[in-house]
Amino acid sequence: MAARVDALYIFLLIVTGMMALLVFTLLIFFAARYRHRPGVRAEQVEGSTALEITWSTIPFLVFMAIFAWGAVVFFKERTPPADATEVYVVAKQWMWKLEHAEGQREINELHVPVGRDVKLIMTSQDVIHSFYIPAFRIKQDVLPGRYTVEWFRATKPGVYHLFCAEYCGTQHSGMVGSIVVLEPAQYQAWMNSGSTGPLSASGEKVFAELGCSTCHRSDMPGRGPNLHGVFGKPVQLADGRTVTADENYLRESILDPGSKRVKGFQPVMPTFQGLVSEEQVNALVAYIKSISEAKAGAGTSARLGVAVEKRPPDKKDEPRAMQARAQASGNQVQVQRP
Amino acid sequence: MPDSTLVGLQHEEEHHPELLHHFADAQQQRDASSLGMWVFLATEVMFFGGMFCAYLVYRRWYFGDFGAASKSIDATLGATNTAVLICSSLTVVLAVWAAQTARRTLLIGSLILTMLLGLAFLGIKGKEYKDKFEEHHVPGASFSFENVPIPGHPGEYANPRHAQIFFSLYFVMTGLHALHMIIGLGIFTWLLALAWKGRFTPEYHTPVEIGGLYWHFVDIVWIYLFPLLYLIDRHP
Amino acid sequence: MSMSAVIPQPVERENYLNTKYGVWSWLLTTDHKRIALLYLLSITFFFFIGGFFALLIRLELLTPAGDLVQADTYNKLFTMHGMVMVFFFLIPSIPAVLGNFLVPLMIGAKDLAFPRVNLLSWYLYIIGGVMMMHCMLTGGVDTGWTFYAPFSTNFTNTKIVEAGLAIFVAGFSSILTGLNFVVTIHRMRAPGMTWSRLPLFIWAHYATSIIQLLGTPVVAVTIVLVAAERALHLGIFDPKLGGDPLLFQHLFWFYSHPAVYIMILPSMGVVTEIIACFSRKRIFGYHFVAFSSIAIAVFGFLVWAHHMFVAGISVYSALVFSFLSYAVALPSAIKVFNWTATLYKGSIHYDAPMLYAFGFLGLFTIGGLTGLFLSALGIDVHVTDTYFVVAHFHYIMVGGAVMGYLGGMHFWWPKISGRLYPEGWARLAALIVFIGFNLTFFPQFILGYMGMPRRYYDYSHMPEFQILNVLSTAGATVLGVGYLLPMVYFLWSMRYGKPASDNPWNAAGLEWKTASPPPTFNFDEEPVVTWEAYNYEELDAPHPQKEEVPVAR
Repeated sequence: MAARVDALYIFLLIVTGMMALLVFTLLIFFAARYRHRPGVRAEQVEGSTALEITWSTIPFLVFMAIFAWGAVVFFKERTPPADATEVYVVAKQWMWKLEHAEGQREINELHVPVGRDVKLIMTSQDVIHSFYIPAFRIKQDVLPGRYTVEWFRATKPGVYHLFCAEYCGTQHSGMVGSIVVLEPAQYQAWMNSGSTGPLSASGEKVFAELGCSTCHRSDMPGRGPNLHGVFGKPVQLADGRTVTADENYLRESILDPGSKRVKGFQPVMPTFQGLVSEEQVNALVAYIKSISEAKAGAGTSARLGVAVEKRPPDKKDEPRAMQARAQASGNQVQVQRP
Repeated sequence: MPDSTLVGLQHEEEHHPELLHHFADAQQQRDASSLGMWVFLATEVMFFGGMFCAYLVYRRWYFGDFGAASKSIDATLGATNTAVLICSSLTVVLAVWAAQTARRTLLIGSLILTMLLGLAFLGIKGKEYKDKFEEHHVPGASFSFENVPIPGHPGEYANPRHAQIFFSLYFVMTGLHALHMIIGLGIFTWLLALAWKGRFTPEYHTPVEIGGLYWHFVDIVWIYLFPLLYLIDRHP
Repeated sequence: MSMSAVIPQPVERENYLNTKYGVWSWLLTTDHKRIALLYLLSITFFFFIGGFFALLIRLELLTPAGDLVQADTYNKLFTMHGMVMVFFFLIPSIPAVLGNFLVPLMIGAKDLAFPRVNLLSWYLYIIGGVMMMHCMLTGGVDTGWTFYAPFSTNFTNTKIVEAGLAIFVAGFSSILTGLNFVVTIHRMRAPGMTWSRLPLFIWAHYATSIIQLLGTPVVAVTIVLVAAERALHLGIFDPKLGGDPLLFQHLFWFYSHPAVYIMILPSMGVVTEIIACFSRKRIFGYHFVAFSSIAIAVFGFLVWAHHMFVAGISVYSALVFSFLSYAVALPSAIKVFNWTATLYKGSIHYDAPMLYAFGFLGLFTIGGLTGLFLSALGIDVHVTDTYFVVAHFHYIMVGGAVMGYLGGMHFWWPKISGRLYPEGWARLAALIVFIGFNLTFFPQFILGYMGMPRRYYDYSHMPEFQILNVLSTAGATVLGVGYLLPMVYFLWSMRYGKPASDNPWNAAGLEWKTASPPPTFNFDEEPVVTWEAYNYEELDAPHPQKEEVPVAR
């Protein structure tokens, strides 16, 4: 499909290039050749209907050719094959939530096997977004209140950019992801994979995948509170109460964010109820604990009756280990059926 | 310079107090004013046209719901208003004729009558809006349109969300129309003042003509609004 | 106006500039020429505001990370850049400055048909401008200049209604200008000035005015609907309440596509005048060029949904609009060919206005050709909403419209101010603008095809885009210098420039048959036209009584 678009593009480049070359050559030639010379006067040439008709008709025919070719490509783009695998996409500010027909759920990533027709059935939870895969040369706006459809067949394994291409607010530029095209065997493995590595490392991965970092930034003020160092500390809520950020609070904030909103932040965090498994919530909580300075959280948590696991030596600061972990878990996303 | 009868100013026109300096003669001034008002009315057609377009789209999509909503606004009041406006267009025509034939009393009387009819229109509209407010048909938090049957489809009830769109358009369209009426009243007040001072003569009464054009236009917009908003899906 | 002590001057004639002094003589003027200058000041102000925003945008995009401004700030920057540039610079620019000044002069009238409406039009523009400035200073808007629903109606807390009202008011300024031009051109042509003798500048402004009149009210009502939806929680565009976001897009683009023709047609008119003058020839195919302007205006109203090919419209709609978009490209192509043919056997001078015209021809051609890419459905799916589109429309609007505007300002500067601008600096500025412009926007075509979406302040996921962005920003700084130069030397020339004669270019057109600057009522005697437009053969004929040779220096 992409190749078809590129072929049309190259045709257009050639045609418009030729037109531009023609016009520019004439312009430059005339500008030089008929440069004002003392004593030489311009010759009034009234016009020429024949010429007008010619240079109207020929471009028109060329335009029609381009139109027809573009239309044909477009028809193919807009006609998904009948037996395509379906993937449901829900766009929201500012992330992509995908659910395979087989049941896997992904956030901001879409794993597909090479060579298979994939049809995306898309809707938005809020504003208009646009699902754009430049490498595949496809794009389709995603609207609230209705479904729109696009389809593709990946022909080469690899990881390809996914962008939101319809301005949708603050983190429009952050609404990016990947299309991961795998060989059929790898795809099969991905579908059946389990988790690897320490919980907090999985949690770190889930934290990134779920797009938490688009709002919970640690480098600058974001739409959500900075979570570094939050565990075990008191938190001022918008309704005036003060609570301690323990495991329960963290869990509640993920699954029912409106109930204990932090003061000074807007109620924009979506609920992840139904989108994260219990294992994932645990992983997230572990991760958030691991980035906190409150290592001595035992007292606080004991008061609230939550068991505190002894934190293992923190290996995640070792760069090489981190890289190795990232590579290992890169192709094996921990996605559990909720 | 070749002599041109188009150029020369007639002596009396050269001193005509109403001739503006940049026009060659009174005829040119009259033609320019008239064309100007027609062109302005074309822009108004486009202005209302956008809303009519929105209306037509939703009417097609939510056919039954719009029918139900339309039935709930008072067609008698609407028809009365239509009659009022048509009469006011008649008085406008009278006013223009009076100006053309130097009938100052008739001119002033017709202008006043037009304005009274316009006020009557606005009054009736106000009553309609009040009714809608009381019935909770004003879009917003207190909107309610439950269990309203769709005309011609026994057993089916209108979707309140779609009915709310009808009312949104109803208020925006009639509201903008009413705003144009109010502006029209302002224009006619000004015309009345000028007529009272005796500024209009058979040679110069352009403001009356173009003011009249504006009023006729506002009338015509209503002629379109009335059936589209009040008379769809009326079953005996 | 003060005199230079060096050059002995005759007693200065009364003209529109020196006839009355004092602020109120300007703020309450009904003289179309003074109103044109009032507009000149105001739109220049907004040009630099919009340009400042552009500078910040390009600075942010120097690096992949979003590290100069916050996301919300960036979103406001590109929104305000678009709104200010479109509504407060480009749409008024040529019609309100050059059109206001020249339309009566070119047709031999003493003023426009409705001088007081003309002044009102400027005040509406100023009111809209003040509202927009206030809106920007108190938080601004972050929806993009296209303010799509439901984001603009339900998902942003920025000052949509205020910005919308500012544009609404400024829109009426535009409508009234168009109204004035249409009536003036129809009813106030001097004796002998038939339609076929009108300068093509007038035809272009006539076509522009039709669009202003018929299109602007639609965006006005769209703004009203958006404001009503926000204020009263209506559901006209909100799917949750049964509304349709696509209806917004249709209503919006129904105006905003013809709007781009409002921006380019006057520029085409300017370029036509310049090319004729500096080739010393009648325009090739006068009637074809005239009717092309009308055709663009008409067809321009039929193509709006080519902005919506991937928005969710049906395949069949898309086909129709793609076809019509090719149809609207044709008249523009015809004009380019006619301009080129005008050079044939001409006697071409390279003064600054002509350099701008050449620049226009090159850049508009590229911009127009890339429109062919966008009209092709299969391609548009890939490049819409990317930098390819951004590059395309900047080529037309900046490479086309602004070049035409600058060329026109140079060409008619002697008439407007009575002074000559410094030719050397002007040619340098033209060159700098041309180079800076290409460096800024050509890389963006490539960025777009590579997949860089629009309105992204952070492209750290795609660091491969950086080098092209850096080139683009470098070009923008050069372009900025190119724009500052004319500001400086035009101002300089008002005091130190050589006084201009009535017709320093020996150009055709009634405006050159009166003094530079003209008297308040334009002509000492009403002209009677007995010659065809672009009578350069006559003007250049060896004639014993002719006043002076071509070219002002």
